[in-house]
Amino acid sequence: MGRESRSVAEFPDKDLHRSPLHEAHLALGGRMVPFAGWEMPVQYEGERGGILREHRAVRESCGAFDISHMGQLWVRGPGAEAWLNQQLTNDLGMLGEGEGQYSFLLNEAGGVIDDLIVYRRGAEEFFLVVNASRRADDLAWLTGRLESEVELVDQSDDFAGLAIQGPNAPEVWERFVDGQQELPPRNGIAVVGEDGIVCRTGYTGEDGFEFFCPAAIAEEVFASFLEAGAAPCGLGCRDTLRLEVCYPLNGSDLGPDRTPLEAGLGFFVKLDKGPFTGSEVLRAQKDEGLPSRLAAIQIVGKAPPARPGYPVLHEGEEVSALTSGALSPSLGRGIGLAYLPPELAKVGTKLEIQIRTRNFPAEVVKKPFYKKESNS
Amino acid sequence: MNVPDNLRYLDSHEWIATGDGPLSVGISDHAQEELTDIVYVELPEVGREIAKGEAIAVVESVKAASDIYSPVSGTVAEVNPELESEPALLNTDPYGKGWLFKLEGVDPAEIEAMLDADGYRKLIG
Repeated sequence: MGRESRSVAEFPDKDLHRSPLHEAHLALGGRMVPFAGWEMPVQYEGERGGILREHRAVRESCGAFDISHMGQLWVRGPGAEAWLNQQLTNDLGMLGEGEGQYSFLLNEAGGVIDDLIVYRRGAEEFFLVVNASRRADDLAWLTGRLESEVELVDQSDDFAGLAIQGPNAPEVWERFVDGQQELPPRNGIAVVGEDGIVCRTGYTGEDGFEFFCPAAIAEEVFASFLEAGAAPCGLGCRDTLRLEVCYPLNGSDLGPDRTPLEAGLGFFVKLDKGPFTGSEVLRAQKDEGLPSRLAAIQIVGKAPPARPGYPVLHEGEEVSALTSGALSPSLGRGIGLAYLPPELAKVGTKLEIQIRTRNFPAEVVKKPFYKKESNS
Repeated sequence: MNVPDNLRYLDSHEWIATGDGPLSVGISDHAQEELTDIVYVELPEVGREIAKGEAIAVVESVKAASDIYSPVSGTVAEVNPELESEPALLNTDPYGKGWLFKLEGVDPAEIEAMLDADGYRKLIG
């Protein structure tokens, strides 16, 4: 038996960061793997563990993910809003206090440095949650462009983070705070107690929230969420959950050579708000047409799991490769994303996915792959 | 860890039955636990002649695809038809209903040269 491919982004085994919840993961039978420079659980052992069961727990009840690897940045000062609005694609002017939005940090070519969520904590204060794999790049980029009257603080090392996700997440929250505080509305942010922060967001397509707290109390908080009914869930199902709802993974589906427009995320790009880094390139793309589009591709029949890197063929010719791929636990079908020439990125286009030596019929489908029955 | 005494093993975690007639081949309990949820199995064609050490099947979990090597030379006599609809049998019953394929025309000396249960237990420690 030998390994042929892996789909979680991996880094060399040296100098891996450890989450404040490392010991707790080991005690729960967490299988630790390198991810974005961190040692994180890909799944847990035991009766409730395993990627498929953890995936189901999030779709049907509630799961708890350690997201301590993600970065937390503060941008403050009288110039904070105007400056940050020139760095990010979405419009901060639309954010009231306590509200957040998904946004992109772009390079000069309009390519994606990072995708992040930015929250307004006050007139002159913003909280950014960024990807672990991009934190250093984000900081270097933003620091290089800093202006007077703007302060940028990286608080990533002080914070532990937990994502509580699933239809039962609101009940878990209620038990966690003993009914003392309501969850903020969708995309909202609120302070909890002295130094906790709760954000009504997630990366699974389910209701839920992310909770950030000082690393020193992380174990206690994690235990409380588990006691309140959340099942520990690893990065393995985080990937299948997010892919089913077509949330992009930076470094796989997003990168410095693709714009958010090509990724189909133009909703989070506000070209009319005034100039921002990369805006001219995006405007030109909009005028002249996109060079490619990120399409959702579903394998038609039974096939081995789709995986990143597998060739995508159209009429026998290789036209792309999957940026993400999996056997969808919810649908039982192979699903994946790939950048295609715009004329092929239309719902219904017949394609083939090459898996080892065989080609399997597939087609472009509407995003997302998975939609909850209750709101479809 | 379950390591039946009546089987022989490869250090790459495949097992083969001993005795007469077509011999079943599968993956060990240790292997299925390492692989976790198995969601797809690709099996060889019946009648295919294979050499010892040849990659002959693929077992896929949610996260990874793993090649299965033939422990000995022989001819594929039968493949497990249950696995197409129920690949998880490799997880739940790796030495029983989770067998992968059967080989015939096997040289007993090749089997003798493989790890016995004690040797394999030591390997996975």
